[in-house]
Amino acid sequence: MTNNDIWVFVEQEEGKIADVSLELLAKGQELARRLNSQVCGVLCGANVTELAETAIHHGADRVLLADHPELENYRTLPYARVASDLARERRPYTFLFGASPIGRDLAPRVASALQVGLTADCTDLQIGDFESKKEKKVYSDLLYQIRPAFGGNVIATIVNPNTRPQMATVREGVMRRRDPDTSRKGVIEKIAPTFDARELVLQVLSRETRESTVNLKGAPIIVSGGAGVGSPENFELIRELAHILGGEVGASRAAVDAGLISREHQVGQTGVTVRPRLYIAAGISGAIQHRAGMSESSKIIAINTDPNAPIFQIAHYKIVGDIAEVIPLMIRAFREKAK
Amino acid sequence: MSPTRPYNSIVLVKQVPDTHNIHGDVMKEDGTINRAALPAIFNPEDLNALEMALQVKERYGGAVTVLTMGPPMAAEVLRDALYRGADRVVLLSDRRFAGADTLATSYTLKYAIEKIGAYDLVFCGRQAIDGDTAQVPPQTAEKLGIPQITYAETIVNLDGNEIVVERAFPLGKEMVKCALPCLLTVVGSANRPRPPSVRKMIENKLAATPLEYKTLLSQWQEFETEEKLDAYLAAHNLKITLWTADDLAVDANRLGLNGSPTQVYKVNYVVLETTESKQVPANAEGINALMQELVKEYIVG
Repeated sequence: MTNNDIWVFVEQEEGKIADVSLELLAKGQELARRLNSQVCGVLCGANVTELAETAIHHGADRVLLADHPELENYRTLPYARVASDLARERRPYTFLFGASPIGRDLAPRVASALQVGLTADCTDLQIGDFESKKEKKVYSDLLYQIRPAFGGNVIATIVNPNTRPQMATVREGVMRRRDPDTSRKGVIEKIAPTFDARELVLQVLSRETRESTVNLKGAPIIVSGGAGVGSPENFELIRELAHILGGEVGASRAAVDAGLISREHQVGQTGVTVRPRLYIAAGISGAIQHRAGMSESSKIIAINTDPNAPIFQIAHYKIVGDIAEVIPLMIRAFREKAK
Repeated sequence: MSPTRPYNSIVLVKQVPDTHNIHGDVMKEDGTINRAALPAIFNPEDLNALEMALQVKERYGGAVTVLTMGPPMAAEVLRDALYRGADRVVLLSDRRFAGADTLATSYTLKYAIEKIGAYDLVFCGRQAIDGDTAQVPPQTAEKLGIPQITYAETIVNLDGNEIVVERAFPLGKEMVKCALPCLLTVVGSANRPRPPSVRKMIENKLAATPLEYKTLLSQWQEFETEEKLDAYLAAHNLKITLWTADDLAVDANRLGLNGSPTQVYKVNYVVLETTESKQVPANAEGINALMQELVKEYIVG
């Protein structure tokens, strides 16, 4: 049995649905309208019935709810068992996961069990046709799984013409969630999972999670530093400018790799995708993987000593100069204005 | 606690183009990448996986076998693994493996791992820098029918048939206990991989797969023929095991391109440009004018 349904794995931890799952439910609605089908959330956990309602408010038409004590903490094997059994039995058209630590652990396990294709870390999903030259055949309405490839230097569109579900993990923050609509109605279908002893061989002894102190996605202003910042002292200038502008501190991968700042601050395809009102790129050369994560910012100021740095191609304001001189000038100029 | 028993490890590694260091010469006029211009390196987190396996061996005993799938030149990372302390290395190379996506790759690796023999632990890097998918390790664990512990940072304890591992995520940690055998994917923060040992480099510099005999003969003419070279390498434990599809009990339809459900529909070079842009002088007047403009347009302030 196959159908046209869009399935979304609804990831939850400690009574809260992951942002990326809410984003996927909204995107799922868009895809479902195109295919004239429905969005079905797969929700696993212990005592999570009320989250099924939340999923419906965010775009699910149906929620397959596996509520079981063994599903309290995320563990690969019990979760994979539930997801694989359901997908094998009902063969949805697509099955989407967040590209989070959980989604990236679970989706490949499920795809392998189902022997279907899986595309990692998509930044866009579309519906479209695919002409297979080898088979001399046109497949209509496939899921285009669009992702950066080759270190982010190219964007590849991947399709799975012959296997169902078409599976993908999707990066957090690239799709927009919708405001919850509490009047939205959907069907909650309870699943009673069973597990073999060999699926319960892993025990979680302890977990500690911390809330991110960095909120790049919601920040209206981001000041980001790259390898060109050079020293921890210069990086303090970045923090200071971000602070007085009321913004957040971002970074390129090079700055993170150089140990100037923690990975939570990383903007780009392997970090967070942002769309602030103002993005200041200081000492960032602008490798494509960074640009793709911030190019939709409303205004971009780039500061770099190299006039040919690629970041200048997308900057609205170009400042060729040393950040150790330019940023103090910006701080002073803003303080003067603010008086 | 005293070590309870030795543990045999298999480490899955990959030779990758150094995508983190893409420079101008690598990009072609049309925006595509000249793969050949990028140096091929040992995937960074696979070195962390190898280091973790070597530390298990040093503490508890057991053998470390390193396995890679790739073109003949991938033997380079296997020699590197020998220099760092691997006991045995295996190259999977066959045109029939080419074009494999992660599903077909994991299918092939499963059969190679099972052919290597009894194992307690399979180590992989968290992900490879060319695809960044992190899919092959969980898919391989599924094919092997063993549990997986991704994002492993520290082996806290190994005792009898049980392992305790601390996992590290961007926002948290988790301690798990699992029965062996299992597969671990290792994060870059797990350890500092040891450098190659000079002694092992000297001992293993001739280590080669049969696919490299022609090149070796051109450098070491005293061996005269491939047969003599082969006999020498075999006698000195320098012959790197090479397996093709014929050496594995595989279904040819599930290998390489044929066994890969994903297909690349198209590839676009990323062009990001803005039309309106202003040059701001890097002096006080320039910056003051810029900040004024931003305040006036309610972008800051």
